[in-house]
Amino acid sequence: MAQIRFTSALKRFYPDLKPLELEVSSISEAIASIEEMYPGLTDYLVDEQGALRKHVNIYIGENLIEDRISLKDTVNPSDEVLIFQALSGG
Amino acid sequence: MEHNKLLVGTAKGLVIFRKQYGHWKLEQSLFIGMPVSYVYIDKRTDEWWISITHRHWGQKLHHSKDRGQTWNAISMPKYPARAKLKSGKSATLRKIWSFSHAGNDRPGELYLGTEPGGMFHSKDYGQTFLLMEALWDHPTRHDQWFGAGRDYPFIHSIVVDPRDSNHLYIAISCAGVFETTDGGLHWEPKNKGLVAAYLPNPMVEVGHDPHLLLACASNPDVMWQQNHCGIFRTTNGGQYWDNVTGIDGFPNYGFALTIEDDQPDMAWVIPATSDEMRVAVDLSLCVCRTEDGGKTWTSLRKGLPQENCFDIVFRHSFAKAKGTLAFGTTTGNLFLSQDYGDSWVVLSHYLPRVECIAFA
Repeated sequence: MAQIRFTSALKRFYPDLKPLELEVSSISEAIASIEEMYPGLTDYLVDEQGALRKHVNIYIGENLIEDRISLKDTVNPSDEVLIFQALSGG
Repeated sequence: MEHNKLLVGTAKGLVIFRKQYGHWKLEQSLFIGMPVSYVYIDKRTDEWWISITHRHWGQKLHHSKDRGQTWNAISMPKYPARAKLKSGKSATLRKIWSFSHAGNDRPGELYLGTEPGGMFHSKDYGQTFLLMEALWDHPTRHDQWFGAGRDYPFIHSIVVDPRDSNHLYIAISCAGVFETTDGGLHWEPKNKGLVAAYLPNPMVEVGHDPHLLLACASNPDVMWQQNHCGIFRTTNGGQYWDNVTGIDGFPNYGFALTIEDDQPDMAWVIPATSDEMRVAVDLSLCVCRTEDGGKTWTSLRKGLPQENCFDIVFRHSFAKAKGTLAFGTTTGNLFLSQDYGDSWVVLSHYLPRVECIAFA
């Protein structure tokens, strides 16, 4: 199963957020599974049309996902997925 | 209602001041680190709402039924996929710019004004929101509305007529003032008399930049707007706007405006130097008050910095509760007057940029 990890910044809103093991084949499936476990969390990651928010990034392994609009990038059982916020400040 | 709290939404959290024995003291800071971009007090219920514009995680709404002791996160309004931008892309919520209850005879109903230019209506006190379709589909939208300092147009002012809850005005930057008399099924621009000096045709029907629109509670046909191109007032519900910019051009440009509920001739503005600089005029902070409907303006400076002052005041960062006025600035200063603006004291020099303010 794919390993899903999250930026620690999200623990402010979801203190119980933990790394997950998910049986999914795409990022969009992963997002849907995450929403089932943590209702509302997807609103932090994607907009109402389902596209990844501008300042959120997702890596599969060491590669940023390519499809930020419909999140169709393939996830294999051996993959590690990292969800984190773009580095920006102010 | 006695107002003993002052809610200050800043770039780094919600700061609450409390009045005790005649003095205002900082009581509490909440949502630390989060940009609190709008605060709204529902006067019908004394319930509080705040909007947070996260840098990363999108727009969020929080609601408190107990004057800030506890807060609940609210599901955000969502643009339907059919709501298209001019580019052909589906709209997505960029920012909540305004908030209003829908009338004393409509308990539980709310309006939200947003960027990219949609207005939402809730009939269940924020549990669900629906895009007001007729406004979104307004024939002027795609060709005559545009963003001002933002990528897209935004609705920053909502005025519900206390005599008739079907009668609303909104103000859009940039488009102008629009009116509905049927609860939002039809909208008409109400911009006669305004000047859009930045357009090829300054007298255009749609394309104006009202920075803030307010209506007098005791006489809602009297409305004021601090506009990008001056200060304007109507006494006939927006049929025509009179230019009440100060003689010799001061006051003129600015964002902040507040008015007197019981006296339709009374208003306050906080001038700024226009587009090219956006600093206090002559680096000297001043509140201007009129008591004669804008015929004359008095500069009020007592207690305000008069040199080397870069502060300006955003549109939602000036509030009034009877004779008490307060404003917060872009450089984190918070000022308060308890004598209708005649004199001012500093409540804080050390806040983050002030985005919004409200008495509660």
